[in-house]
Amino acid sequence: MAMNADAIVVGGGLVGSAIGYGLACEGLRPVVLDEGDVALRASRGNFGLVWVQSKGLGNPPYQRWSRTSSELWPELAERLRTETGIGVGHHRPGGVCVCLTDEEFGAREQMMHAMRSQMGEDGFDYRMLDRGELKELLPGIGPAVVGGSWSPYDGHANPLYTLRALHAGLAARGGRYVPEAKVQTLSAASGIFTAATAHGRFQAPRLVLAAGLGSAALAAQVGLHIPVFPVRGQIIVTERIAPLLRMPTLILRQTDEGSVMIGESREEGRNDDQSGIEVVHRLAARAVATFPLLAGVRMVRTWAALRVMSPDGYPIYEQSESCPGAFAATCHSGVTLAAAHALRYAKYVAQGSLPEEFQVFHSRRFGSDVRLAS
Amino acid sequence: MYASLPDAAGPQVSVIVDGKPVAVPAGASVAAALLLAGAVPSRANPVTHAPRAPYCMMGVCFECLVEIDGIPERQACMIAAAEGMRVRCAPRSSPPERS
Repeated sequence: MAMNADAIVVGGGLVGSAIGYGLACEGLRPVVLDEGDVALRASRGNFGLVWVQSKGLGNPPYQRWSRTSSELWPELAERLRTETGIGVGHHRPGGVCVCLTDEEFGAREQMMHAMRSQMGEDGFDYRMLDRGELKELLPGIGPAVVGGSWSPYDGHANPLYTLRALHAGLAARGGRYVPEAKVQTLSAASGIFTAATAHGRFQAPRLVLAAGLGSAALAAQVGLHIPVFPVRGQIIVTERIAPLLRMPTLILRQTDEGSVMIGESREEGRNDDQSGIEVVHRLAARAVATFPLLAGVRMVRTWAALRVMSPDGYPIYEQSESCPGAFAATCHSGVTLAAAHALRYAKYVAQGSLPEEFQVFHSRRFGSDVRLAS
Repeated sequence: MYASLPDAAGPQVSVIVDGKPVAVPAGASVAAALLLAGAVPSRANPVTHAPRAPYCMMGVCFECLVEIDGIPERQACMIAAAEGMRVRCAPRSSPPERS
C-alpha cells in the first residue's frame, strides 16, 4: 500500500527540509523522508554562517545564488517565526575574513578584486580594511591581526532552530516529515516515482534527491548524477561570554546565547566524524591570535561533521533527462542556501524546470572523470 | 527546602561560600554546598544578566559556574566540595546597559 504525495523529498536535513517547506508554500503536499539517527547529518553539526563573500570565484552564478539566498534570508526567518513561533537567530550584520599575515591579506585582496571583476554589472560590495579600520568593527582583535575583507552580504543563523522551524513549517502547511524512513530503492514508471523505505512505500509525481552524502548511491536509480564525497570539518564551542563579536568572521561567530563557535577546517578522505586534538589546537590558536580574550575562555565541547562536497565545490542542481520530475539538490552550504532553496528552488521544482543559468550546476560539468564518495 | 537524609550523617567538610562557612557531607558537590548555603542566584547570565543557579546537577547546563579557589567559571556540580574550599558567586540581576 503506497502513500501518495505531491512530491517526495529524500533527505530531512537543511537542504531537503528547506525544499520540502518551499514546496508546501507552493501549495503542494510534500513528504520529506529522513534516514534516521544513523545518518551522517551534516545539518546537525554545521557552523551556521550565511556566507557570501568568498563564494563562487570563477562561477558568477554561484556568487549570485549565494547572494540571492542571503537577501532572502530575512524573509525566510520572518515567515518561519510567524508560522511556527520559532526564532532562528538570523542576523545579517555583514562579515569579515580576518588576515593574520601580509601574505594572507594580499591573497585575500586579490581574490576579492577578482570577484568584483567577474561580477560585472551585478557589482560586488566589499572593502579591504586595514588593522585600524577593522578594530573599529571588531574592537577585540589582537596585535597579530593585519586587516581583513568585509562584505555586507554575510551573516549567520542558528542551524538547529532553522532545521526545527523548517520541520514545523512543513507540518503546519500540510506536508509530512517521516523519520526512520531510509530509502532503499527509487524507481520511476509512467511519471510516478516510488520510494521504497523502511517505513513503507511512497509515491509522487515529483522527486527531489537531497540526501547529502546518501544521494550519491541513489542518484543513478532515477537518472541523476550526484558524485559527492565527505570533507570533514571540526568545530569548537565555548562557554557563554558577554558579547564580543558584533559580526561573524569566517572562523568565529558568537551565538545569541553568548557561546563562541570556532571553525573552518577541511580534511578530505575521512569518513568518520571524530574530532581530534591536532585540528582543534590549530583552530584554537588562530582564534586566540584573532581575539586574545578567548585565551581565558573555556571550551565546552568540540565536534566534527562531514561536509557534502562535489568535485569542484559548487552545488549540483539538475533535472533528470530519463525521469523528468526528478531533481537533484546538493551543496555544502545548507545554511547559507536555505532561503534560496525554500523560496526559489522549490518553485522551480513545482514548475518542473530549472532556469537557464542553472546549466552551470548540472553534473555534466564533471564529465566521466569524477571521484566518487566511498 | 534542602535537608539531609537521616542516614546521611557521615563526615562533613566546611566550604567557604562568599566568606560564609557551610558544612556539607564529604563527597557532596560544590553545587550542593551552594544550595545548602542558600547562595542563589549564584551567577548572572553573561548576555542577558538574568539570575542563574545550579539546575541540572550533572554537568550539562553550565548554569552553576562559580569561582572556586580563585579559578573563575568552574562547574560547581562537577567538583567535590573539599575542606576549606573558597567559593565565590557573582550574581547580578539588573540588565546591563546595551551599547
